[in-house]
Amino acid sequence: MATVTVSRKPLSLSERAYLPQILAGMRITLKHLFSPNVTLSYPEQRPAIPPGYRGVPTLVMDPHGREKCVSCQLCEFVCPPKAIRITPGAVPADQPDRAHVEKAPAAFDIDMLRCIYCGLCQEVCPEEAIFLQNQFSMSGYSRDEMVNHKDRLYELGGTLPDQHFKWDKKKAAEEHGNQH
Amino acid sequence: MIALWSNLHPALQMLLKGLAVILVIFPIAGASSLAERKVSAWIQGRPGPNRAIPIWFAWVPVIGPMLQKLGVFHLMSDGVKMLFKEDALPGHVNKPYFILAPILAMIPAFTTVTVVPFGAYLDAAGRTIPLMLANVDVGILAVFAVGSLGVYSLIIAGWASNSKYPFLGGVRASAQLISYELSMTLSVLPVFLWVNAPGTAGSLSLARVVEFQSQPGFWGGTWFIFLMPVSAFVFLVSLYAETNRQPFDMAECDADLVGGFHTEYGAFKWSLFFVAEYSHMVVGSAVFTLLFLGGWNPLPWVPLSDVAVWLHLADAPILLGLLSIAIFLGKVLCSIFVFMWVRWTIPRFRYDQVMKLGWQRLLPLAIANLIVYALIIAWLQPKN
Amino acid sequence: MVDKLFIILSVVTLVSAALVVVNKNAVNAAMFFMLSLVGTAGLFVLLNAYLLAFVLILVYAGAVVSLFLFIIMLLDTRPEAQKSFKKMTVAASLLGGLLLFTGVLSLMTHFVPATAGAKGHVLPPVGASLKGYAEQLFTTYLLPVQVVGFLLLIAMLGVIVLSKRFENKEAAS
Ligand code: SF4
Ligand code: SF4
Repeated sequence: MATVTVSRKPLSLSERAYLPQILAGMRITLKHLFSPNVTLSYPEQRPAIPPGYRGVPTLVMDPHGREKCVSCQLCEFVCPPKAIRITPGAVPADQPDRAHVEKAPAAFDIDMLRCIYCGLCQEVCPEEAIFLQNQFSMSGYSRDEMVNHKDRLYELGGTLPDQHFKWDKKKAAEEHGNQH
Repeated sequence: MIALWSNLHPALQMLLKGLAVILVIFPIAGASSLAERKVSAWIQGRPGPNRAIPIWFAWVPVIGPMLQKLGVFHLMSDGVKMLFKEDALPGHVNKPYFILAPILAMIPAFTTVTVVPFGAYLDAAGRTIPLMLANVDVGILAVFAVGSLGVYSLIIAGWASNSKYPFLGGVRASAQLISYELSMTLSVLPVFLWVNAPGTAGSLSLARVVEFQSQPGFWGGTWFIFLMPVSAFVFLVSLYAETNRQPFDMAECDADLVGGFHTEYGAFKWSLFFVAEYSHMVVGSAVFTLLFLGGWNPLPWVPLSDVAVWLHLADAPILLGLLSIAIFLGKVLCSIFVFMWVRWTIPRFRYDQVMKLGWQRLLPLAIANLIVYALIIAWLQPKN
Repeated sequence: MVDKLFIILSVVTLVSAALVVVNKNAVNAAMFFMLSLVGTAGLFVLLNAYLLAFVLILVYAGAVVSLFLFIIMLLDTRPEAQKSFKKMTVAASLLGGLLLFTGVLSLMTHFVPATAGAKGHVLPPVGASLKGYAEQLFTTYLLPVQVVGFLLLIAMLGVIVLSKRFENKEAAS
């Protein structure tokens, strides 16, 4: 038998008599009655978000304010609940310095009613273009409102520091010969 | 003003008194429900309801935000919601009884108030005259008798709902309330034995108990809670059980019975149960205050009449009456606070524990207490 | 005023008492029983016997009938689950009815209302005073009280014997 009999201490007299215990409990609750609140008044006071928090997935730009996503669609494929929908497109004509980047998303939708905040998209993205950031409160009056479109995603994501500037290096390599 | 009052037709007087009861009990019950939410919040380290405020009130400086912080407007919006919510009548219930039950709950809640004295004033001869709606000789007995009818609303509600949880709630309620009624009645007997000393005219009036506690001298001024702590304790515990409060709320028991006897109720009918529960609490606290906490006497050994002399209020009966009512209400509110304090401290008993506590602990304790005090009183009695 | 109240209360009492017997639904019957008790209590109040009225409500309406309801709810008696009467039951109830009838008849014909000064004993004025009741119970009516108490004790013993399973010694050995 895998039964473990836990031996319990027999209750002491004061424990069996209930009352002292109850009074002790009431003393504790009385203390709490006068102690300061432990809650936040939410919309006015926001909790401190710890680093590494996985909030709403967002698209980020590099420090030069350029779009990082290259519309490889890896995140779309990896997303378990299929929350991401990407329509690949070409890099817009008004960004000639990025012309060597073949693609950019024409549309990028994340359906926040589907997203499970797993962070796989962030994990898989080769461009470090998608991040789950601090935003945690999503609300809307309709299903449509709960779908984050591309501009909204960039608005939420903002700019994050970048270590690699991969496409700058690529361009330099193209222009000055491959130094890799 | 007093002359004007006594010139009114007795029936009109009665009507006004009855209205006064409702006008007092409803707000107190409502305020208690708010206090309950606030106390629970504070005990749990939360601020509690503090959002609702009418737009036009938000402009009032200081007072507006203060009332908002206290959640006063939540109370109002709750009341309005209860009134205007759709009052659904489930299809599977026994309709007449289903509707009857909440009404039955209100009757004892309001009737018991009439025999509870709530203040006093001094008449021209310097005697203390209690303020009460119906001065019946059987006072406490009337409270118990009518209060014991409260169990019907629970049973009927549980039975008429015709579904499992309410049914279980009703069954539990009937067993529990009957069990604790015994200890409750037995626990107050010593008080009345003491008050009705041989040679005096016997009376079960609550006002008389207070009168007894406001006598001069050490023994006269002692509140009964000091004289009979065991009685007070048994009474208090049974009171918690009788009013269906945690840790004895077997009839509701959100955890295992969803909502107990009122699972099928909603909106206004539900709120009637709610008000009834709080009125029971108010009346119970009032009776406890009268019996054991000296009624409207401000402090032990300091009767109201002394205070009247100090404050030169002896010939201002209305002022003194208001003062006594304030003192009495203050005590009642404290006692209600203790109700809440206990509720948010102690976890609920299991049903068999409730029964065991009632029959095997409280009842023997009450009986032993009664016998001891009967013997003491017989021994103290002047021999002739 | 009092007369009218008396008539109303007695009608309520009697009608609901009759309905207790006739009603097929056990819960209805119990509720009418309670109504009838409340009516009786009202009659006592009319007689200025407040104590009796409240004791009646406290004990019967407050405890006994709610116990009835408790049992009814536990047993879940349905209207159709009724058995026809046994012959013995019919005979017993007939006899009981007959006794009641003769009792009422003899009261009506032989009872002389006690008035002050009349011969025989004068009913003590127990009315509203609690003490009056107590003294009467423990002096004049001590024997009936004791007898009733004994009866209740016997009933309680009976319930214990019926409900508790005693070890059947002979069957075990
Ligand atoms: S966090 Fe997970 S579920 Fe949400 S979009 Fe990214 S991959 Fe999809
Ligand atoms: S966000 Fe990253 S993974 Fe997704 S399409 Fe853009 S580059 Fe590819």
